[in-house]
Amino acid sequence: MTDSGPGAVLAGSAFGGAGLDPLGAGPEEAGGSISREAWRRLRGNRVAILGAVLVLLFVLVALLAPLLAPYDPKDPVLRSQITPGNYPGLSAQHWLGVDRQGRDELSRIIYGSRQSLLVGVVATSLGFAGGMLLGLLAGAFGGWIDSLVMRVVDVLLALPGLLLAITIAAVLGQSLTSIMLAIAVVQIPIFARLLRGSMLAQRESDYVLAARMVGVRRRKIMLGHVLPNSLSPVIVQATLSLATAIIDAAALSYLGLSGTDPDVPEWGRMLAEAQQDLVAAPRLAFIPCIAIVIAALGFTLLGESLREALDPKFRR
Amino acid sequence: MTTLHDVDDLPVRFTRRGRPDVRAVDGVSFSVSAGETVGLVGESGSGKSVTSLAIMGLLPKRGVTVGGRAEFAGRDLLRLPADALRDLRGRELSMVFQDPLSALNPVISIGLQVTEVLERHRGMSGREARAEAARLLEVVGIPDPTRRLREYPHQLSGGMRQRALIAMAVACQPRLLIADEPTTALDVTIQAQILELLRGLVQEQGTALVLITHDLGVVAGICDRVNVMYSGRIVEQADRRTLFVQPRHPYTTGLLASIPRLDSAADLPLEPIPGSPTDTVPWDTACAFAPRCTRRLDVCGTERPALADNGGVRLLRCHNPVPAAESLAVGAEGRR
Amino acid sequence: MLRFAVRRLLLLVPILFGLSLALFVWLRALPGGPAAALLGERNTAAAQAQIRSLYGLDQPVWVQYWKFLKRAVRLDFGTSISTHRTVTSEFFTRFPATIELTLAALIFAIGVGVPLGYFAARRHGTFLDNASVIGSLLGVTIPVFFLAFLFKYLLAGGVFSVLPDSGRLDPRLIATHPTNFYVLDGLLTREYDASWDALKHLILPGLALGTIPLAIIVRITRAAVLDVVHEDYVRTAEAKGLSVATVRRRHILRNALLPVSTTIGLQTGLLLSGAILTETVFAFPGVGKFVADAISARDYPVLQGFVLIIATVYVLVNLLVDLSYGLIDPRVRLR
Repeated sequence: MTDSGPGAVLAGSAFGGAGLDPLGAGPEEAGGSISREAWRRLRGNRVAILGAVLVLLFVLVALLAPLLAPYDPKDPVLRSQITPGNYPGLSAQHWLGVDRQGRDELSRIIYGSRQSLLVGVVATSLGFAGGMLLGLLAGAFGGWIDSLVMRVVDVLLALPGLLLAITIAAVLGQSLTSIMLAIAVVQIPIFARLLRGSMLAQRESDYVLAARMVGVRRRKIMLGHVLPNSLSPVIVQATLSLATAIIDAAALSYLGLSGTDPDVPEWGRMLAEAQQDLVAAPRLAFIPCIAIVIAALGFTLLGESLREALDPKFRR
Repeated sequence: MTTLHDVDDLPVRFTRRGRPDVRAVDGVSFSVSAGETVGLVGESGSGKSVTSLAIMGLLPKRGVTVGGRAEFAGRDLLRLPADALRDLRGRELSMVFQDPLSALNPVISIGLQVTEVLERHRGMSGREARAEAARLLEVVGIPDPTRRLREYPHQLSGGMRQRALIAMAVACQPRLLIADEPTTALDVTIQAQILELLRGLVQEQGTALVLITHDLGVVAGICDRVNVMYSGRIVEQADRRTLFVQPRHPYTTGLLASIPRLDSAADLPLEPIPGSPTDTVPWDTACAFAPRCTRRLDVCGTERPALADNGGVRLLRCHNPVPAAESLAVGAEGRR
Repeated sequence: MLRFAVRRLLLLVPILFGLSLALFVWLRALPGGPAAALLGERNTAAAQAQIRSLYGLDQPVWVQYWKFLKRAVRLDFGTSISTHRTVTSEFFTRFPATIELTLAALIFAIGVGVPLGYFAARRHGTFLDNASVIGSLLGVTIPVFFLAFLFKYLLAGGVFSVLPDSGRLDPRLIATHPTNFYVLDGLLTREYDASWDALKHLILPGLALGTIPLAIIVRITRAAVLDVVHEDYVRTAEAKGLSVATVRRRHILRNALLPVSTTIGLQTGLLLSGAILTETVFAFPGVGKFVADAISARDYPVLQGFVLIIATVYVLVNLLVDLSYGLIDPRVRLR
């Protein structure tokens, strides 16, 4: 996003100094958000690699579910062998055993990842988009627009996250869409605040003042310089928010908000069903839990190591 | 005057995983007597602060090695067990630090920061401690001391904060006081006052004072003897007069020559020491100052000069010291 | 300081106003209108018309909202569809249970978290430190209902059966409850076994609920202590020869706990939402479980009222935390 003309001049060392690259982006990369050094740090970081591996695993399983799952997740294959409180456990044909309807647990888990990925990605993207828009407006224009946006954000933050999501989802009706929208709305104020704060800090920095002095248009400054430099914490937050979205999605479907079809495998709902058989077949509860943890952990590890890699005050 | 405190060949090494050791201090020796003020002069990075921190035992435990000996009143501070050293600190050995704002705890009152020393070492408490704290604040020149007791660091001016720190340091009448750049963070006018304060306290209580600074003017003001440090070692040691009137080490002369003088011609060019502190080589096999020295000889690059007696009036570490005549030309009367 | 407090209190008003408006509009925006929602399955045109006139739903929106506000201020949120008692009474009957649970979780999180974070920081680089970092990372990732399940399974059923797995009190125990805070009640009426039993019932859900805040507190405390330990004033305190305990208490912790206390407000939010899930897993009769039940029962008056009250509590707690920050940090107080 580095344009020519005043942008390039400013990005050079002529105006180097405080505020030019608070995020360690380097003087030539006023438009870049992850510098080479950060990338290098990241690649050597074992935590980051582990996170990336988990994320990759999660995404691949979700995308390739039809190829990976040995059975149809909705098909009650072993229904005949079900007696109350006694569900066939781990076996060669059913690696994770069977649930209370006789459906293969492994296949259900594999297919369940699709829901989680879908909801996680869509909700976070929507929240990201909405939050960025609001944050951009507030950060770029300031004044009464800023106050208004911040009031809206305050109202949204007046409810603790899950509660807000529950309210929205409960009112929108029980469906996957309502969960996605609910979680998106919960994410919006986080991104909005983050971007706004970042932009406000940038606005006061020397290179912006210099740009205005030279006469660069406000919009160019905002979009070409301030925005890219403010992006790093937002990217970190997006990764972490994905993790939260996955967990929240599971929580919401646990509470029954994801729709009425109990056949569709969904990790949260599988948990709710498994609750009754906790003593008889604890694996039915733990397996979806572990799946959720793995997926969320992957994004969390990635996000945390990203944050460390991008932090200019990186402390050993 | 009996030697109160003798530091002998004190090296301080910092170690870090996967990186070569950093030798902050390479073997420093000096001594101080009661009532005497000794200066430790050098640029940033010369190791002067680290030396004092090592003596006080304030360096981190991990990743740091300290060698040599630091004798205080007959005991080697470096060999003392931690709690014995802790008992001595604040009572017999005391330190004043550079930046008074960051050296004070921002969330507790000034009064508490003084009384805690009194509580710990003089067994005072409650009203008695507060009264004594107020008296101490007054002694160091803080007006309206009783009110100040309840105030917080951010409410005081820079000079007052430094005075408060000094009050905390002398609360138990220590026998040795180390002042690490006590005036660097302050305005020039306040500097003089603080130095006067220190001088007065030293005279009154017979404290031995080690003054660490990079400012030769400060040194000239109150030090009896001066040690000039470079890159972790002492390169010249003499009493004040001798050092300023007849500096013999090229580094010392360089420092003195680089200070602009009020009585010199306005268009006279400044004479900085060439190079920078990073142009340095280890002391092991050469003179660390050699890369920047205008009097460099071949031997300076192959053999470390030893700290040797020079004419009975100073210790000098140099293969090719400045000749007497030249040094007199450079030397200046100390600024008062 | 007072001005600061008043200013923040005044900010409360537009926030609550906006929240109530949002909730109000939200519920009215339900497909089929709130009447359909209230009726649920018994939705017929005639019933709808009846409900509409009964609840004044045929009047203009702003009139409805005004009435809603008037009643909200008097804490009148209507009647629960499922239990037919007033929303307010349902709330205040169950709130003490949730408070007990939240307090238990918070005490656990702070009582274990702060020392752990402190010692992890002081022993930087050692096993304890690294374990704490990993542990706290896991802690924030694990969903609270997993923990609830885990504890329930491990200690109240599957593996060991040492602790009760549901409810607040053993149903065979007869006890009087003057305040509805069961632990306190037992102490007040000297029915100590009731207190003890109530306490036992709080352990598992409290641990489950408090683990995530624990992880966060460990993280923040550790980071704060690591920062503070390098500060000059800690060095000054050491130079004064003060005892290790004094340096730790007065100089390190006093400053390190500042950032921790600011997150207590956030933690409350986590605790409140986590309570919904935890109470459900442990069948703990608090506000959270009632909300979960209300969701499946489509009990909208309850949802609306509870959400508004919880939001108010949350905002108030945050306000209190902000104000207390002024008390702790004199730099804020004495501007």
